[in-house]
Amino acid sequence: MSAAEDIPPGAATAPDTPVLSVEGLTVSVRANGAERPLVEDLSFTLRRGETLAIAGESGSGKSITSLAIMGLLPPPAVRASAGRVIFGSSDLLALGEAGMRRIRGDRIAMIFQEPMTSLNPVMTIGAQLVEALREHEAISRAEARAQALAALKSVRIAQPERRLDQYPHELSGGMRQRVMIAMALALKPDVLIADEPTTALDVTVQREVLDLLRDLQRDMGTAIILITHDMGVVAEMAERVIVMRNGRMVEQGAVSQIFGTPQEAYTQELLAAVPRMGDGATRPGQPASDTTPPPVARLDRVDVRFDIRGGLLGRVTHRVHAVEHVSFDIRAGETFALVGESGCGKSTIARAIAGLVPHEGHLEVAGRVLKGLDAAGRKAIRRDVQMVFQDPMAALDPRMRVGAAVAEPLVIHGIGTEDERRARAADLFARVGLPPEAVERYPHEFSGGQRQRICIARALALNPKLIICDESTSALDVSVQARVLDLLEALKREFGIAYLFISHDMAVVENIADRLAVMYLGQIVEMGSRAQIFGNPQHPYTRRLIEAVPVPDPGHVRAPAPRLSGEVPSPIHPVGSGPRRLDLCDIGGGHLVAGDRAAKEAAA
Amino acid sequence: MRRYRFVLFRPFQFIPVLFGISIITFILVRLIPGDPARILLGTRATPTAIANIRAQYGLDEPMWVQYLYFLKNLAAGEMGKSTLYKIDTLKLIVTRIEPTLALVVAGVVLALVIAVPFAAISARRQGTAADHAIRIVSTAGIGFPSFWLGAMLIILFAVRLDWLPVSGYGNSLGDKLLHLILPGLTIALSLSAVIARSLRAGMIAGLSSDVAVAARARGMPESVVFWRHVVPNALVPTVNLLAVNIGWLIGGTVVVESVFAVPGLGQLMVRGIFSRDYMVVQGVALTFAVATVLINFLADIVTVALDPRVEL
Repeated sequence: MSAAEDIPPGAATAPDTPVLSVEGLTVSVRANGAERPLVEDLSFTLRRGETLAIAGESGSGKSITSLAIMGLLPPPAVRASAGRVIFGSSDLLALGEAGMRRIRGDRIAMIFQEPMTSLNPVMTIGAQLVEALREHEAISRAEARAQALAALKSVRIAQPERRLDQYPHELSGGMRQRVMIAMALALKPDVLIADEPTTALDVTVQREVLDLLRDLQRDMGTAIILITHDMGVVAEMAERVIVMRNGRMVEQGAVSQIFGTPQEAYTQELLAAVPRMGDGATRPGQPASDTTPPPVARLDRVDVRFDIRGGLLGRVTHRVHAVEHVSFDIRAGETFALVGESGCGKSTIARAIAGLVPHEGHLEVAGRVLKGLDAAGRKAIRRDVQMVFQDPMAALDPRMRVGAAVAEPLVIHGIGTEDERRARAADLFARVGLPPEAVERYPHEFSGGQRQRICIARALALNPKLIICDESTSALDVSVQARVLDLLEALKREFGIAYLFISHDMAVVENIADRLAVMYLGQIVEMGSRAQIFGNPQHPYTRRLIEAVPVPDPGHVRAPAPRLSGEVPSPIHPVGSGPRRLDLCDIGGGHLVAGDRAAKEAAA
Repeated sequence: MRRYRFVLFRPFQFIPVLFGISIITFILVRLIPGDPARILLGTRATPTAIANIRAQYGLDEPMWVQYLYFLKNLAAGEMGKSTLYKIDTLKLIVTRIEPTLALVVAGVVLALVIAVPFAAISARRQGTAADHAIRIVSTAGIGFPSFWLGAMLIILFAVRLDWLPVSGYGNSLGDKLLHLILPGLTIALSLSAVIARSLRAGMIAGLSSDVAVAARARGMPESVVFWRHVVPNALVPTVNLLAVNIGWLIGGTVVVESVFAVPGLGQLMVRGIFSRDYMVVQGVALTFAVATVLINFLADIVTVALDPRVEL
C-alpha cells in the first residue's frame, strides 16, 4: 500500500479534503551522542488549493519541516524520529527513497530562497527543465522541450524561447525564480512548498513573483505551503497560518484571526516588531530649528563609473555608470536614507563617501574634499566616517576576540594606551547593550543580532560624525531588527551622529529616516523628507516601490495595478555615451522630483 | 563564441612572457660553475684548444652578445649547436619530445582514471571506512618521492613479477605503451592524490549545495544528482589545479626519465647539465617553459568550455 504507484493521480479531488497531513512530526539532530529535537510534535493539515503559511524566525524549524516532508533531511545526522506525513494513502516518512523520488517534483514540488544557487550554473535552463520533465514522464526530448517552453510561458517570462538556451547567470534574479517556479509547476503537482520564495528578491520583483504564484495557484488548484519570515507576505498570500518558534507550533489559525486577535504572547510580539508603513508618521520628526545644521557630507554631481576592458589591447570599451550625477547633503544628526533595488548604485555611493571607490565630481566629508587627499588625509576622513555592513559574521574576523575587534580602530589611529582602549571597548559594549565581559569572546559565540551590535560598537569607537549602515538590519529577524533600529535611534540622539541608511526595505526606511532619496539606475529620481516622499510620492518609480511592499494586514485591499514584468535596463554604456541625465525639480519645500512631467503634474 | 575570443588574443601575451623566460634561462645556465670547453675537452686539454673551442661556440663573446646570437639563431629556427651531440639543439629536442609528451599524457590520464572514481567513492561515502582508506592512501601518495616510488614499482612489477619492462622506451607502439605503464604510474600516483583531494572537497560541497537539494526535490535519482549536478561543478577548480600540477610534472620528468631511462627531454636536460652544454640546457628549459604556458592556455580553454560564467 505504501508504493507510490498506488496513489491515484489527484488523490484529493474533493474540496476541503486534506492533500497532505502532518501528524506529530518530530525531527531530531544527533550531535555529540545526544539527540536534540529541531521540530517537535508538529501537526497540521493542508487542504486542496489552499495556501498555508508557516511563519517564524530563524531557528524556528520551518525549513526543516519542509525538508522532512520532502524526505530531504541531510543524512545521517538529521532524521524524522517520530510522526507521520500522510499524502494520498501513504506515509511519506515510511515510503523509502525510490517511492519518494516519484513523488518529489511530480506530486510535491519545491522552490527555494536562492534561485541562483538552486539552479545548476553549468546547464542551460532548457536542459534543466527537460531533465526534470523526462525524469517523471516517458516523453521524447522534443516533447519535453515543448512542455518546457509552455512552462516558461506560463510563468510569464519575457522571450521564453531564448531562455531555454541560456544559462542561469544570464538571467536576472526575478527571472531565475520564475524558472524555478516553472520547473516546480511543470508537472502540475498537488502541493508546492515555497521556502522563502521571495526573500532574496527586490521588492518590485517580489510583487511580481507573489502575483504569479497566486495566479498559478488559482489556475491549477495547487496547494501551497509558504514558508516565510515576512509577515507582510503571510498576510497577502495565506489563508491559514502556523506560527513556529524553536521547533514548536506556537499558534495556528485563519490569517485574519492570527493578525486580528493573536492569542499567544509570542505571536503578538512578532507582529508588533514588524515594521509597517505609516508607523513613521507618528514618530516625532527632526526638532524644527531655524538654522539648518551643517552638512557632514556633501555630494555635488558625483559620478562613479567602472571601466570594462576588452579587445586585444585591453582598452576601455564600456563603462558601468554605477552612480550618475548624484547630489545631496547629509546634515549632522539626521538619518538620511538611500532606497532602491539591487544594482541601483546605493552601496556604491556609500563606498565613494568612505573613500573606497574613486569618484568624479565634488564630494566632501566633514568639511574636507575627498578628491586629491593623500594617504594621511584619507585616514583622517575615516575617523569621521564608519560603516556597518549587512552580514556581521562576514564583517568580523572569526579569529579575533570581539573586544580586540572593537578596539582595533583605536589601534589603527594610535589613540590611547592599551588599558584605555580596553576600557573604551568595554564601555562601548555596555553602550550597545552587551555585557562588558563579553569582550573576551569570539564572533561565533554570539547571535546575529549581538554580532551586529558588536559591529555598531566598532563603528562608534572613533566617535565618527557619520555612520554608513549598508543594509545593516536586512539579515536580522524582525524582532532583532526592531531592537537594533531602536539602538541606532538612541545612539543618534546621544552622540548626535548622522546615518546614511541604505536599505531596500521601504517599511524600515519609513520608520527610521528623516530624509531620503530614491535611486534608480544610478540616479536619484526623488528626494525629500520622509513626510514628503511617503505622504506625497511623485515619481512613478517611488510609487511603484511603495505599492510593492507587502502589507502585514490581511484586510488590506491592494489597488488593482497592472501586472509588472519589466526588467531593469543595463547601466553599462559604450565609452562616450551614457544614460540620459535626469533633472531634479523642486516641487516645494525641498521635495525634489526627476523629470518635468512629474513636476508639472504636481504644480498643476 | 564571444567567450572564446581570448584564444586569438592570448598568444600575443605569450611573447613578453617567453622573452623573459629566455633571458632567465640564458643567464641561469651561465651561472653554473664550470667551463663547457674544458669539460668537453677533458682535463688534459691545452689552453689553445680550449680557446679554439670557446671561439668556435662563441663562448668568448660578452654574455649579451651571446644572447643576441641566441635570439638570431632562434629566429632562423635554430637553437645553437650542442657541444655534446654536435647537432643543432632544436633538432635534438624535436627527437626527444615524443617520449616526454607520451609520459606526461600517460601520467595525467592514469591520474584521472585513479582520482575521479576514488574521489567519487570518498565523497559519496563520506566518513566511512572506504573514505578513510582512500584519504590515507592519497595523503601517502603525496608524501612518497617519485624516485623512490619508481624504484619500488620496478622492483615489484618488473623484477619480482616480471610483468613489465624494467626501463627504456621501446620501438613499436605496443612496446612503447608497455614501457610507459610504470613511469606513467609513478607520475599518476602522486598526481592523482592531489587531484583526488581537491575533487573530493568539491564533490562534498556540491552534494550538500542548493543545486543538489533542488535537484533531489525535483525527484532526480542520486546518481543523476551526483554525475550531472555535482561533478561538473567540482571539475572547474580541479582543471586549474591540474594545469598547475602538469607544470610541475614537466619538470618532474627529469627525475622519472632518469629512473626509468626514458630517452626524453628530462634525460637530455640531465646530460646537458652534467656536460655544461649551454645550448641544450637553455633549449630544454625554454621548451619546458613554452609547454607550461601552453598547458595553462589549454586549461583556460577547458575552463571556459566547462563553466559558461567564465569570461577571459
